[in-house]
Amino acid sequence: MKVLVAVKRVVDYNVKVRVKADNSGVDLANVKMSMNPFCEIAVEEAVRLKEKGVASEIVVVTVGPATAQEQLRTALALGADRAILIEHAEELTSLGVAKLLKAVVDKEQPQLVILGKQSIDSDNNQTGQMLAALSGYAQGTFASKVEINGDKVNVTREVDDGLQTVALNLPAIVTTDLRLNEPRYASLPNIMKAKKKPLETVTPEALGVSVASTVKTLKVEAPAVRSAGIKVKSVAELVEKLKNEAKVI
Amino acid sequence: MTILVIADYVTEAQAHTGVAPSTLNTVAAAQKIGGDIHVLVAGTGVAAVAEAAAKIAGVSKVLVADNAAYAHQLPENVAPLIVELASGYSHVLAAATANGKNILPRVAAQLDVDQISEIVSVESPDTFKRPIYAGNAIATVQSSAAIKVITVRATGFDPVAAEGGSATVEAVGAAHDAGKSSFVGEELAKSDRPELTAASIVVSGGRGMQNGDNFKHLYSLADKLGAAVGASRAAVDAGFVPNDMQVGQTGKIVAPQLYIAVGISGAIQHLAGMKDSKVIVAINKDEEAPIFQVADYGLVADLFEAVPELEKLV
Repeated sequence: MKVLVAVKRVVDYNVKVRVKADNSGVDLANVKMSMNPFCEIAVEEAVRLKEKGVASEIVVVTVGPATAQEQLRTALALGADRAILIEHAEELTSLGVAKLLKAVVDKEQPQLVILGKQSIDSDNNQTGQMLAALSGYAQGTFASKVEINGDKVNVTREVDDGLQTVALNLPAIVTTDLRLNEPRYASLPNIMKAKKKPLETVTPEALGVSVASTVKTLKVEAPAVRSAGIKVKSVAELVEKLKNEAKVI
Repeated sequence: MTILVIADYVTEAQAHTGVAPSTLNTVAAAQKIGGDIHVLVAGTGVAAVAEAAAKIAGVSKVLVADNAAYAHQLPENVAPLIVELASGYSHVLAAATANGKNILPRVAAQLDVDQISEIVSVESPDTFKRPIYAGNAIATVQSSAAIKVITVRATGFDPVAAEGGSATVEAVGAAHDAGKSSFVGEELAKSDRPELTAASIVVSGGRGMQNGDNFKHLYSLADKLGAAVGASRAAVDAGFVPNDMQVGQTGKIVAPQLYIAVGISGAIQHLAGMKDSKVIVAINKDEEAPIFQVADYGLVADLFEAVPELEKLV
């Protein structure tokens, strides 16, 4: 079966971001960019399905600027077969992205779509669920285990009070949580091979999708800074402070 | 303006017994927006939940969709129900719990509106603040959507009183069974301790705990304090404790009166989940650990000596 994986180019998870002085956003000039960590897990899961002989083809797609080709090449080096860049320079809302991905789903007709559960920049946790709604597919979000079972997929989900397993009719949408797998690193030969794999670029206009949004960002500010307190010398002093100064026990 | 709040509920021994604490915070956010507040309880065997929801201060009506199709809150079935009800409302709110995060984006997409996730403050009925980049920036966003679909970070709002209201209760909604998904099973954590996101004291352990067995030190300290026990991502990834204990950007967000971080270095994504706690205590043998930069009281010590001593003295 064909598996579609959606990935996002985001600020690298090790970068400590700074808010711009004019409060228009976060300063991303000369900052290291990478594939969103949850998306790496999505690519890895697809590659494992292919290694098991369950998946026959892996198509990786992203919505982003021309530079997002780097993340597509990374996915190709990890084992995806071909890539699609939906080129759009400005940041879109999750709904806009989901509409673009829906157009790709219509064209590619994958049996399974795997996405990260959230991106570490906008922290929305929406795109997979929205794509599922627009496609009319079932969704298995926050997955820690994915098992294809005939014409269904069993997804074990990380929920607030433990784990829940659901069975979904295929085609279906899965979003990844941290414990689904540990992504591999791309080997040098595979990075070289990835350069020759097909990468197609399309535009939202060519897909016939409007990405107009109903939300706008008025400003972005730095959070209130929490200053370091004091170091206590002993457990006894700690307990005394908690009882008499902070009054929390 | 009328606001629809989607209730989360408490399930004990497979019976739905009441409204989840996070729903009280969500109603508080709805009060900040202003207008009539209705609560939707969707599930099966949820009469007790509806009864509890009717008592929440500030709620004027409770809608109950009690049907087998809504068992386990499968989003394929619950989202169409909410979409059907939503046309009468200016806002649809849910707590940013596993359920709220699962269901609400599906509702927003079906309504063709953007969702605003995890708001921490209400500036006006159409303008909200929400953390981005793991809480390293706070965005102020404005929605022009006819129906505003929003998830609420519980720690941003003080809960309304669970008692004192007397809302009317009304059965609603045809059954929507999309037939696309089914519940297979669950492994739920069993604990007599308070729920992590609602506890007034949280004791959390990190990689420094070394293994799962050592968490017993934290459990016994927590029991003495009436606290919940949490963990860093490192401790969960290492298999010391289950995922439902994870505190952080992508785990649970907590803001207790007292947060005691034991053997936790303080990665950005962990801080994102607990830095709004009123008082933070860090116990770590590495005095350079970043956790000390946010701790009100830091103790540089071997946790295996400090924690048992702390248990004795509190």
